[in-house]
Amino acid sequence: MSGPKVIWDSGIEIAPVYAPDGAEKPGEYPYTRGIHPQMYRQRPWTMRQYSGFGTAAETHERFLFLIKNGNTGLNVAFDLPTQCGLDSDDPMAEGEIGRVGMAVDTLADMEEAFADIDLNKISVSLTINGSAVAIMGMYFAMAEKRGFSLGELRGTAQNDILKEFVGRGTWIFPVEPSVRLVGDTIEFCAREVPHYSPVSVCGYHIRESGATPAQEMAYGLAIACAYVDHVRARGLDVDEFAQGISFNFDIYGNLWEQIAKFRAGRRLWAKIMKERYGAKNPKAMQLRMIAGGGGAGLTVEQPLNNLVRSAYYALASALSGTQTMALCSYDEAYTIPSEQAAKLSLRTMQILMTEIGACDTVDPLAGSYFVESTTDEMEQRIVQMMEKLDAEGGVLKAIAEGRVQADVNRQAYEHKQRVERGDIKKVGVNCFVDDEKSPDVEFHPYRREEAEKQIARLARVRAERNAAEVDRTLEAVRAAARDGTNVMPSVIAAVKAYTTVGEICGALKQVFGTYQEPVRF
Amino acid sequence: MTEKPIRVLIAKPGVDGHDVGAKVVCRALMEAGMQVVYTGLRKSPEEIAKAARDLDADVVGLSIMSGAHLPLSEKVAESLKAAGVTRAKLLVGGVIPARDRGALEQLGVAAVFGVDATLGDVVSWVRANAGRAA
Repeated sequence: MSGPKVIWDSGIEIAPVYAPDGAEKPGEYPYTRGIHPQMYRQRPWTMRQYSGFGTAAETHERFLFLIKNGNTGLNVAFDLPTQCGLDSDDPMAEGEIGRVGMAVDTLADMEEAFADIDLNKISVSLTINGSAVAIMGMYFAMAEKRGFSLGELRGTAQNDILKEFVGRGTWIFPVEPSVRLVGDTIEFCAREVPHYSPVSVCGYHIRESGATPAQEMAYGLAIACAYVDHVRARGLDVDEFAQGISFNFDIYGNLWEQIAKFRAGRRLWAKIMKERYGAKNPKAMQLRMIAGGGGAGLTVEQPLNNLVRSAYYALASALSGTQTMALCSYDEAYTIPSEQAAKLSLRTMQILMTEIGACDTVDPLAGSYFVESTTDEMEQRIVQMMEKLDAEGGVLKAIAEGRVQADVNRQAYEHKQRVERGDIKKVGVNCFVDDEKSPDVEFHPYRREEAEKQIARLARVRAERNAAEVDRTLEAVRAAARDGTNVMPSVIAAVKAYTTVGEICGALKQVFGTYQEPVRF
Repeated sequence: MTEKPIRVLIAKPGVDGHDVGAKVVCRALMEAGMQVVYTGLRKSPEEIAKAARDLDADVVGLSIMSGAHLPLSEKVAESLKAAGVTRAKLLVGGVIPARDRGALEQLGVAAVFGVDATLGDVVSWVRANAGRAA
């Protein structure tokens, strides 16, 4: 099964795969060359720009704009109160409602955001972590109400709480119950929503916080193992659930270093799943990923340079065999992308996909002495780091004690110093600097009246819903949290009664408590 | 040199979880010989004012990346006043458009450091303006 023939202008016909006899092929264990035999010849990567702001209605409009322009997936940004499990009328939410993402308080918002979007055609990724059980519950409830079967529903939730303790910071509950909630979503999806990826493990944010590419992969795989260990301890077999674990990695920096990182990481994950956990299902061994973003590589100085940077980052992603790509837009170093900037990111990926041959053949760099050697060495370094983490008590303990955070912060500081000294060159920042000051940053307009609209909408939903049903379903959430049964069914029942994100997270806080951050720098 | 070190509180008001910059600045100030306390994430204006009072801070630095710098700075400035913290200089760092600088000054912010500021800029400003009573 393959797509149409590829013939160059010069008449040369391009095979989907080039490999000498006996060499590893794409789609074969340990998947160094990619998880599918034909990769982009059969299906190009999904383009899934990160978007969302203001109310559900405004976000819905941006979604339609992106789909109209060729986005094949959606990656939903939620505002910070939603991400931290706070309702729009919470005092801590003031000034932040709908600012960096869409405000979601109840199922009503979720319904409005996805109205008329075919969830079977457009795969939706929810960038949600601390409050993931509530938001995933709302997404599933919305899909069911729209008539989509959970048994067929596709999509992804970020839902990687461990990295939130290292970078990004939208934790709510202490480490242990947080991991348990991730476990509940994995278990629930394995049984009820089998084509859905309940977790996307993010080396990405750890890298953006200061880690090296090798550390990014080491921490990412170690965190994934922590979730696998947790779910296996419940008696599930990796072949039942591990296909639901996907990954999210960063693409900025040295092109070759990223490629080595991705090829090594893919191979190592397959080995870990097979050798350590005894996986037999190939899907449980395949590292599926979004390789995108690159925000930390972008600069506020000479912002149009970011367009060029992003195009190279996109190339790194395509050459690494990603399943999904999203690019930070050129203005994203300082604001929510404008419509024009978001479209340019999309066009960057489309040009790569259609004009310059990035989909011609699978893993075109395989067999390069340079790429294979650096892939091997990268793998060794990642293994060493993971072994060291294990020897020191494991990644869960390292995160709970703030050791990973301290390490990453120290590196961020050293990196900043090296850039300031000029040891690390950055165009437009410490070399090829313009005499003129960069133009002032243009912010995405923040409209206070939209925030007020959201608060009024929430008040209306609160007034119209059945209060007794809200109390009853919230008590069921608390009971499940307390006695260790999977919280997902009770959370879904609660969101259907239009309980809020804040109420559900509040009920869970009553049982689990709140994370106490080990403040280290 | 028996002079007490300059005391700086670095704080993350509101719900923004991006604190790489805040922590990098903390370390730079500490290595410059100052006493630095970092609040950690998600602090209310009242909690920040209390921490500033407990530290008897010379400088309070707010790190805000989300775009909510105007409402958050206003609240923190009010809370500092209410808590009787009148001596400390208030700094704001993060993604701050130049056109908002005037409004921040009106709120009592003594200096703003954008994403293009160097660690050296921050350290020298604090050293020169910590406002220690002689």
